[in-house]
Amino acid sequence: MEWLELTRASADSIRANKLRSGLTTLGVVIGVASVILLVSIGEGMRNYLADIFAGMGSNLLFVSSGKRDTRGAGKGLSTVRKITLEDAQALRQRSLNVVAVAPIVMGGGTVEHGSLSRESLVMGVDENMPLVRTLPLGSGRFISAEDEDGKRRVAVIGRKVARELFGERSVLGLPIKIADARFRIIGIMAPKGQSLGYDFDEMVYIPVSCALDLFNLEGLTSVWIKAGNQTNLQPAIDDVRRILKNRHNNREDFTVVSQADLLETVNQITATMTLVLLGIASISLLVGGIGIMNIMLVSVRERTREIGVRKALGARRRDILLQFLIESVMVSLMGGLVGLALGSLIALGVHAAVPDIPVKITPWSLFVAFGFSMAVGVFFGVAPAQKAAALDPIESLRYE
Amino acid sequence: MIEIENVSKVYKMGDSEVHALRDVQLHVPAGAFVAIVGPSGSGKSTLMNIIGCLDTPSSGSYRLDGQLVSNMRDDALATVRNRKIGFVFQTFNLLPRQTALENVSLPLLYAGVSRRERREQSLAALKRVELTDRALHKPAELSGGQRQRVAIARALVNRPSILLADEPTGNLDQKVGREIIALFERLNRDEGVTLILVTHDRDLAQMAPRRVEIIDGQIVSDLTS
Repeated sequence: MEWLELTRASADSIRANKLRSGLTTLGVVIGVASVILLVSIGEGMRNYLADIFAGMGSNLLFVSSGKRDTRGAGKGLSTVRKITLEDAQALRQRSLNVVAVAPIVMGGGTVEHGSLSRESLVMGVDENMPLVRTLPLGSGRFISAEDEDGKRRVAVIGRKVARELFGERSVLGLPIKIADARFRIIGIMAPKGQSLGYDFDEMVYIPVSCALDLFNLEGLTSVWIKAGNQTNLQPAIDDVRRILKNRHNNREDFTVVSQADLLETVNQITATMTLVLLGIASISLLVGGIGIMNIMLVSVRERTREIGVRKALGARRRDILLQFLIESVMVSLMGGLVGLALGSLIALGVHAAVPDIPVKITPWSLFVAFGFSMAVGVFFGVAPAQKAAALDPIESLRYE
Repeated sequence: MIEIENVSKVYKMGDSEVHALRDVQLHVPAGAFVAIVGPSGSGKSTLMNIIGCLDTPSSGSYRLDGQLVSNMRDDALATVRNRKIGFVFQTFNLLPRQTALENVSLPLLYAGVSRRERREQSLAALKRVELTDRALHKPAELSGGQRQRVAIARALVNRPSILLADEPTGNLDQKVGREIIALFERLNRDEGVTLILVTHDRDLAQMAPRRVEIIDGQIVSDLTS
């Protein structure tokens, strides 16, 4: 029997039980929609993070205290010797493969002006910071070598901090209190938005030596290093290791991570996350498949007589098998298509409603969802179809 | 042409064996009209199933048009049914959601006939039972007699060797039943269709020139008038 006719026979039976078929597809619709939705969010997250790390430049290195085998950023062990400003100085002077070295101190504190105050992230940096990362300035100037050397109490503030504490007026030269110490504003950053979980518009930059005093720290939080280019990245890593080990009594009590390492870690984490989300979504697809199997078994029983008639008229096992298999595949594919549309719409809707949730509908997730729903139809349709194909024509013709 | 030699059929029911047919001999030449009569439980259904290639004998041989079919397996039997046997059932067994035309063309579908030829041959078959004007009606829109005539058209459409009718008038009132029998007679007389009529009704069986009576799995009489 031809495919066209088999398909017609299957479509006919689906049409005859519209409500039942519709309800059966619902399981697959929900399954496929959740696959699309969750994978879109997972992939969106991954793209978002990968973009950020890629945007930092591939020749960046991050040095922090403490030796870790695992990759990624985190706090070092407290027993090790901290990385100091002098360490950063040494790296800057002794390595030919390094273009810029920026010491970083991270801290938080209350930022006040007059009666207004807010909690803010405070970053201690020096004049090398803009060489490592692009930080566009809105107005005024950034922290200079003289500010750093003279431990001048000057601050460059983010756009949001400026607006909240000062409104729309010009703030250059105005005093500001950071963690109870008086500073003078010398610059405002251009709006940059959120990145890596930080809102850069809420950031306050002060000279790194001031930050060490202010937060009463012995060492730097980290050192950001820019290698000349991709080719001297590895020599730069080797240089950093050698120079720091030399200064730290030959102990490697620090960690050097490259931007590529971070990117890879992020990719690994987000890929795992996507897989987990896919797994969760697959469960609902599985449940949908069981629903299809259930209904197909009912359908086979209901149509025992029809099967008997078809067999008496010359239908072979294969004809009956395919007829029922096509029916279950059609049900699941219809569910797959509706789920595909629904999942994509919800994903886009979520992104439209909450732009902070990154969403990316990837072609592969569409194929996977579609392929899955087809596979579900075949997998859960085979048993009922085989049951139908194996029916004895004499018994079936007698079935009431 | 049917050649049944020493055919027996034994069913196992638990520990005991039920002999549905014992050593049956039956030859039916092409173009014949034979009635198989017997009370229920006599084995006539079993014989009909074997003749119709829905079942195979436990022993003995059955040749249909010279081809040995008694040792065939499922799919091969399905093909033989499709090409050589036309079934007419007591309960018509039409597919309710399909039109008369679609029902009639079902055997052609399984024979792999092209769409266009299916339509032509099915219409021709409906013409033979004088139902051309009902071709696009569904079974529910037809009377009992009309439904049975659609079923007969379906049985004829593949030009089978045998038309096998199992109590074809059982669900029809007497007048319509007579019309159906008249249709059978006409098909047999004018078109040379080989006809086997299975019934428990002796009066109906009298319509056939040859009557085979079966009791307890054995042929007890084989009369030709």
